[in-house]
Amino acid sequence: MTAFGFPLLSLLTFLPLVGVAIILSVRGDEKAVASNARWTALWTTIVVFALSLVLWAKFDRSNAGFQFTETVAWMPQVGLTYKMGVDGISVLFVLLSTALTPLCILASWESIQTRVRDYMIAFLVLETMMIGSFCALDFLVFYMFFEGVLIPMYLIIGIWGGPRRVYSAFKFFLYTLAGSLLMLLAILAMWNFAGTTDIATLMHTVFPKSMQMWLFLAFLASFAVKVPMFPVHTWLPDAHVEAPTAGSVILAGVLLKMGAYGFLRFSIPMLPLASADFAPVIFALSVVAVIYTSLVALAQTDMKKLIAYSSVAHMGVVTIGIFTFNAQGMGGAIFQMLSHGVVSAALFLCVGVVYDRIHTREIARYGGLANRMPGYALAFMLFTMASVGLPGTAGFAGEILVLIGSFKVSIWLAIFGGMGMILGACYMLYLYRRVMFGKLTRADLMSILDLSPREIMTFAPLVVLTIWMGVYPSSFTSFFDATVNSLVEHHQAALAATTKLAGVAH
Amino acid sequence: MLFAIAVLAPLFGSTVALLLGRQIGDRASQAITILCMLLASACGVTSFIDLIYQGGHAGVVSLGSWVSVGSFHVDWALRYDALSVSMVAMVTCVATLIHIYSVGYMSHDNTIWRFFSYLSLFTFAMLMLVTADNLLQLFFGWEGVGLASYLLIGYWYEKPSACAAAMKAFIVNRIGDLGFAAGIALVFWQFGSIEFADIFGAVGTYQDATYHLLGADYRSYEVIGVLLFIGAMGKSAQLGLHVWLPDAMEGPTPVSALIHAATMVTAGVFLMARMSPLMDYAPHALQFVTIIGGSTALFAATIGCAQTDIKRVIAYSTCSQLGYMFIAAGVGAYQASIFHLLTHAFFKAMLFMGAGSVIHAMSDEQDMRKMGGIWKLIPVTYVIMWIGNLALAGVPPFAGYFSKDAILEAAWASDTAIGHYGFWCGLLAAFLTAFYSWRLLILTFHGKPRADHHTMEHVHESPWVMLAPLCLLAVGAIFAGYAFHEQLLGADWKDYWGAAIQIAPSNHVLANMEEVPGWVSMAPTVLGALGIALAYVCYMFIPGIPAAFTGMFGGLYRFVLNKWYFDELYDAIFVRPCMALARQLWVVDAKVVDGMPNGVASLATSGSGRMVKLQTGSIANYAFTMLIGLVVLVGVYLLFR
Repeated sequence: MTAFGFPLLSLLTFLPLVGVAIILSVRGDEKAVASNARWTALWTTIVVFALSLVLWAKFDRSNAGFQFTETVAWMPQVGLTYKMGVDGISVLFVLLSTALTPLCILASWESIQTRVRDYMIAFLVLETMMIGSFCALDFLVFYMFFEGVLIPMYLIIGIWGGPRRVYSAFKFFLYTLAGSLLMLLAILAMWNFAGTTDIATLMHTVFPKSMQMWLFLAFLASFAVKVPMFPVHTWLPDAHVEAPTAGSVILAGVLLKMGAYGFLRFSIPMLPLASADFAPVIFALSVVAVIYTSLVALAQTDMKKLIAYSSVAHMGVVTIGIFTFNAQGMGGAIFQMLSHGVVSAALFLCVGVVYDRIHTREIARYGGLANRMPGYALAFMLFTMASVGLPGTAGFAGEILVLIGSFKVSIWLAIFGGMGMILGACYMLYLYRRVMFGKLTRADLMSILDLSPREIMTFAPLVVLTIWMGVYPSSFTSFFDATVNSLVEHHQAALAATTKLAGVAH
Repeated sequence: MLFAIAVLAPLFGSTVALLLGRQIGDRASQAITILCMLLASACGVTSFIDLIYQGGHAGVVSLGSWVSVGSFHVDWALRYDALSVSMVAMVTCVATLIHIYSVGYMSHDNTIWRFFSYLSLFTFAMLMLVTADNLLQLFFGWEGVGLASYLLIGYWYEKPSACAAAMKAFIVNRIGDLGFAAGIALVFWQFGSIEFADIFGAVGTYQDATYHLLGADYRSYEVIGVLLFIGAMGKSAQLGLHVWLPDAMEGPTPVSALIHAATMVTAGVFLMARMSPLMDYAPHALQFVTIIGGSTALFAATIGCAQTDIKRVIAYSTCSQLGYMFIAAGVGAYQASIFHLLTHAFFKAMLFMGAGSVIHAMSDEQDMRKMGGIWKLIPVTYVIMWIGNLALAGVPPFAGYFSKDAILEAAWASDTAIGHYGFWCGLLAAFLTAFYSWRLLILTFHGKPRADHHTMEHVHESPWVMLAPLCLLAVGAIFAGYAFHEQLLGADWKDYWGAAIQIAPSNHVLANMEEVPGWVSMAPTVLGALGIALAYVCYMFIPGIPAAFTGMFGGLYRFVLNKWYFDELYDAIFVRPCMALARQLWVVDAKVVDGMPNGVASLATSGSGRMVKLQTGSIANYAFTMLIGLVVLVGVYLLFR
């Protein structure tokens, strides 16, 4: 069934559902059920994480192709198979998902008090969907997981969110769904053309140029919303503001990466000509995203909104990197996605810490916290600096690699895309200054407590990861280096083939 | 090995103090950071002696891989050569003295562990910068000092002005850093590597490579040179990006000493020297360096003449002295620029800590107009400040004389119009330097006491823990110039520098320096003496002159006093428009960008609302509708049959 002996990826994907079954089977009074649900969810996610470490250990880093593959014929009459596997691009996102979910459970330990059982179930289902979409090697299977993510996330925002949760949840759902439907059409068109939805086959299928253009646009509709790219980013701040802390963490940490992952997995290898043609459009939108949303972030008065807008800017850097089509830019983009997954998740947790205590996200309500909360100040400073892209923290390697990669395309792309370096420093330091520095004046802040042991446990892995990714990023880049190189070669070969054809035609 | 300890010991001290500071207490934090610094300076000096005097071999200490993507490989590695080892020895020694001084200066502070941890972090970042073996690691140190300076300038975070100054320092530096990062990118695409060994080895190969920019082709080296220099301008506070430096005074005084003397601001000068093999093939970029350097030297000196805050005067003098160093780098005399960097480190650290001692004595007063008449009360500090100013003004035989003279001779000897521009700027600045230095001395120590008697009663000499480091620095400020000038700049400079500084075969500046006309060597000293004399006349003998002057040239005086209105200008053209734009864009985002999908949504809701009304439930209505539909269908069918 699989080279590894047992279907590891399927196990990872569906193990959370076992947790769901256990939680569902528990009966008793509400308190017992809640506590049981918490512990079950925590243990399930920890087991999944531990299991996913096998990927870390056994993944062959020199192999550019898919590994741990497993295939089950599903609907052979229409050429549909259930196929799972990971390559250098996806393997780390599986790990990111499995690593962040237990932290989310921990972060929700006390802040979620209503319908705890349902909440934990939603999170476990969400984990299944996330892992599944990064492992799927069949386009239709991918699509099901990709869309499946919407349901638990919709519920998490809509039920456990803030005052405008229903509006935000609807917006999130409809926005993403509208884009995805076009992608479904595109998938059907591809199936019609190639007779299969197998990703590996599609990667080597040469679609006619005009068809590539339409397919690219359809994919773009779906992925651009998910990334999110300017100007379809406005669902994000609303969703973040209303979502509970853990919802924001997973949204920023993993869900946003799915759009960029889609570009890397589908648009670029399957539609090389269209990707090359549309690259300038993507660059323009990304540069606008970097500068525009950074400025909007500067004007925010709500902590979560500020970080949400900063996410859009950071993802703009990612899309620039992906469409540079060179190893530095693409590798940088993947690294930036990973580091943003860790750092923005951590920043949302930071907001959650003070929100749990004071119950407001209004920046002006805070000030001078550094005095009472030195541990928190230290962690927050580290993540702020990582978000700014300080060397030695996670944010740096991705940013500089994308800058180098984009320089190859044009110095102006590098400079304008790099404006995020300056503007990022402006809005993050401004945020930090208003929240942490200054005099402690408000009465309710005078007695605010520093991080609790549970919070320290939540932050510790993220602190370690942030520094590790900054000091020794090679241990992460080595996973995707081979795959990225082969992707670059694949892309160049595809472009060269067309120019040759064009030459023959003339 | 020793070399690696010199670099990493401060990191260890910093980490321990930061993480355990609250548990182990202030004393232990101080002890551990200072011990680490002592260890670092011992190792640093040993490595220095090893390489320079014992015939040790330059090399690279590898610490492991860092980033590796595609063909882009970068390692953590320490470069061990004359340039890095000189810097390491200087940085560790001066930083150690500053640590010791801080024990006295910061003794009343609440979070001493935090301060010492930041100080050591700062030192570590600077050491990483100077020992970097590739541009990316240099950038690591570069940003690291940015972070540490941000933390230290904003150390008293309850003061809004300190927070603002800290942010300003970080952000202004970031602007330069973007240029630096772009420079690194171009180096990578040109040379296929950003390791120094690879770059310098291939300098000859790509000499004629061009880079297309704004519709014209430029030589790649020129573009790289300018981009890297933009980074240097940010860090070394050159004209245009200098605005953060004077505000950095908001930090505690030992921090100012560290920023201005041993670390941070000298990074840009160091970068120019480190990249000398490449810069020397980029003559136009070098001309740009000289122009900016010369202009900064003069510009900052004029401002220094009008400031009343004792630390600000010294801050602007740093800015001006950095300008000198860039003049030298720009005319190809990298050795002279590093020489001035080293001597400057001693006397500037001394001046700042001396000023700190004065401020300490005056109960935290920094305004020179409220000082005066205290020289008998704090004699040691007084002597220290004299020595520092003698060195700064370039009076022979103090350290500054040798290095400043060398720079001006080099500028003259370059024999180009731009080089001469640098020379004249530097010469005028030398006059102004001497003037404001003695203005500072006289206003601070002489004349009638202008402080209230309450303050005057408390005037006291600083404790020995503060004075001892000052005295040690004084030794450097007196002898460093005389001791090293022959070695660093003489005919046998290659014996000292080895391969650390490489110049193009056409670069004969150092040799030509020996042959400049006599008046060129004399002029700085003479003008310096005149500046001192003028200060005595204006502030001691005929004290009415300054007031009369400000009365006569009020506009000019205000222009200089307000620092040429740079802050106001930037505020008006960058900061406020940027914030206003940000607020506008937020409205746009909420109303327009978000309005469209929301508009579509409400259109759909109202549309479906109308559709609902069609469902009346009356059979007659439905039948009628069906009939119409049938007629239309049949009609269409018949028409298009």
